[in-house]
Amino acid sequence: MDFDRVREKLNILADAAKYDVSCASSGSDRTNKTKGLGNASKMGICHSYTEDGRCISLLKILLTNHCIYDCAYCVTRKSNDIQRAAFKIQEVVDLTINFYRRNYIEGLFLSSGIFKNADYTMERLVAVAKKLREEENFNGYIHLKSIPGASDELMFEAGLYADRLSVNIEVPTISGLKLLAPEKKHEDFTKPMLKVKNEIVRYQAERKIIKSTPKYAPAGQSTQMIVGASGETDKDIMYSATYYYKTYQMRRVYYSGYVPVADDARLPAIGSQVPMLRENRLYQTDWLLRFYGFAVNEILNHEHPNLDMEVDPKLSWALRNLHHFPVDVNTADKRLLARIPGIGMQSVQKIMDSRKFRRLNWDHLKKIGVALNRAQYFMVCDSRHWERRDLDAEKIKGMILQTSSGKFRNQYSAQLSLFN
Amino acid sequence: MNASTTLMYDGSFNGFLTAVFVAFDEKISVADIQKNGRCQNGLFSETETIFTHVEKAKRVWNGIRNKSHNAISNVYFAFLSETEGVEMLLFDYIQKLMRVQNGKYLDYSDSTVLHISQLARKVGREKHRMEAFVRFQLTKDDIYFANIEPDFDVLPLISKHFRDRYTDQQWLIYDVKRKYGIYYNLDHVEMVSLNLKDIHHNKTHKSDAFVNGEYEYQTLWNDYFKSTGILSRINPKLHTQHVPKRYWKYLSEKKAG
Repeated sequence: MDFDRVREKLNILADAAKYDVSCASSGSDRTNKTKGLGNASKMGICHSYTEDGRCISLLKILLTNHCIYDCAYCVTRKSNDIQRAAFKIQEVVDLTINFYRRNYIEGLFLSSGIFKNADYTMERLVAVAKKLREEENFNGYIHLKSIPGASDELMFEAGLYADRLSVNIEVPTISGLKLLAPEKKHEDFTKPMLKVKNEIVRYQAERKIIKSTPKYAPAGQSTQMIVGASGETDKDIMYSATYYYKTYQMRRVYYSGYVPVADDARLPAIGSQVPMLRENRLYQTDWLLRFYGFAVNEILNHEHPNLDMEVDPKLSWALRNLHHFPVDVNTADKRLLARIPGIGMQSVQKIMDSRKFRRLNWDHLKKIGVALNRAQYFMVCDSRHWERRDLDAEKIKGMILQTSSGKFRNQYSAQLSLFN
Repeated sequence: MNASTTLMYDGSFNGFLTAVFVAFDEKISVADIQKNGRCQNGLFSETETIFTHVEKAKRVWNGIRNKSHNAISNVYFAFLSETEGVEMLLFDYIQKLMRVQNGKYLDYSDSTVLHISQLARKVGREKHRMEAFVRFQLTKDDIYFANIEPDFDVLPLISKHFRDRYTDQQWLIYDVKRKYGIYYNLDHVEMVSLNLKDIHHNKTHKSDAFVNGEYEYQTLWNDYFKSTGILSRINPKLHTQHVPKRYWKYLSEKKAG
């Protein structure tokens, strides 16, 4: 290995890959049956965290940052004047294996700029995965990027070696895509997605009959959308996320606050703030949809196209629907418990388990871990004390904000500071 | 009044389970369960020394496991937390568990149950952290070596994870605090104690115990760590929340400078 050369390439190609937020290594059940190297952990492991607090679980690199496309939001776009580099297949394999053996990573996340054409690029990505699996006997996690426009045959082969496949949709609306990436067609993104979805469905059906059916992308597929680049509303984003969850059975949709990388009139200027709070609220909404039994139109609809930045989406929904409350935690069903602000799914389960033994009071709930500062306005329990005042939504919101603190608070505070 | 007894055991998990067996078997009114050498006699209690008996321990293990799988792992994890007085807490928990009719005993409004589950959770978190933060370095003897200093005694918990994962390489994980390690010799994992001359921090000084390429890979990893971070999103508080400072000295990417 030519250390200096690899070092230089790694710096360039890791830097270019960092805007891909997905770093999940969970959900694969690939076990080490062959006495080889690696065993995918079902729950996933983050081996370190970057200084911006994101998980480092996989060696996330581009095979190359040469690209024939010129998408405005992308740092490796053709017109951007940056250093270009490309890994050899063997170099990626060596890096992955040696990092893995030292317990630095869970596996490889390989993406690429598009050189020549989609199929040519996809073929190289598949070749890396194939080499890892077949020559190195590697059972760790592999996440491959599906290159938009890649052929069905290649997508099929990719799924045989990879645990997860993903295509980043990047721009949530078709009109936005036309504006920012005029050379790409919406169908280029959805075609590989559809193929992968169909193969997963086929694999799951066949596996029921023949247990030795070769695994096909056991950790499913995911996608990513940029937030705050093309002026879309939270409603646009979440409705399109819901569409991808439903239509393509996505395991995850990621939301990535746009980090300005280009001087382009179509985009926010370089140096403008990354919309991290908005990103956070979108993830909260995503969780409500996937785990708390909310429907997307309950949280975002025609009257409320954007999320409330001051409070979390569940609290914001509760404040708009005060007629559902207060809920009695000792009798309410699971679905309703999960809708009380300040009670998460862990607490819901603990409440369900404990209330078989006795009626719960404030003290029990506090110890279990319920955030009473929010929950107290929306529930009653085994106590004579509860919120008896007839408070309106604004009042409750004000009281909750007063008794809590948030790290983003200074960004949206409407109150004027006294000394300026 | 029945005289209560303090049970002394050897500090091992099997020893503790034997003590529980004896207490149930002889219907002893237990004042306390303590490790040998750390004894502190109560004024009105007698002392009885328990000799570890694997068969007896196994019966208690199976008894708890038949009640619930969740309970047995809670008991084991909480025991490994090495918290002062955890034995009596566990004894109380096991008594309560045995008393209920249906298998599960998940009354989180009971302070013992809640406390045990919280302890188990803490240990579980530490186990998971160690699976993440172990950093192997390749020695000249072709052994991937790592030393760690976990808050709790988690080596017995992580051994399976590493055995399943690294079946084709020899590795050794050494707990500096508790002075023992686990070593995989390409066939099975065994417990070892070492006379470790120096502890391998992430210091800039290079040890000659390791192969030449070792420090090159560490450099590549450190570079990767740096270039994958996004500067405009920097958030040191969140970073230290995920990677608490007490682990930094064994992580090469957190090397100063």
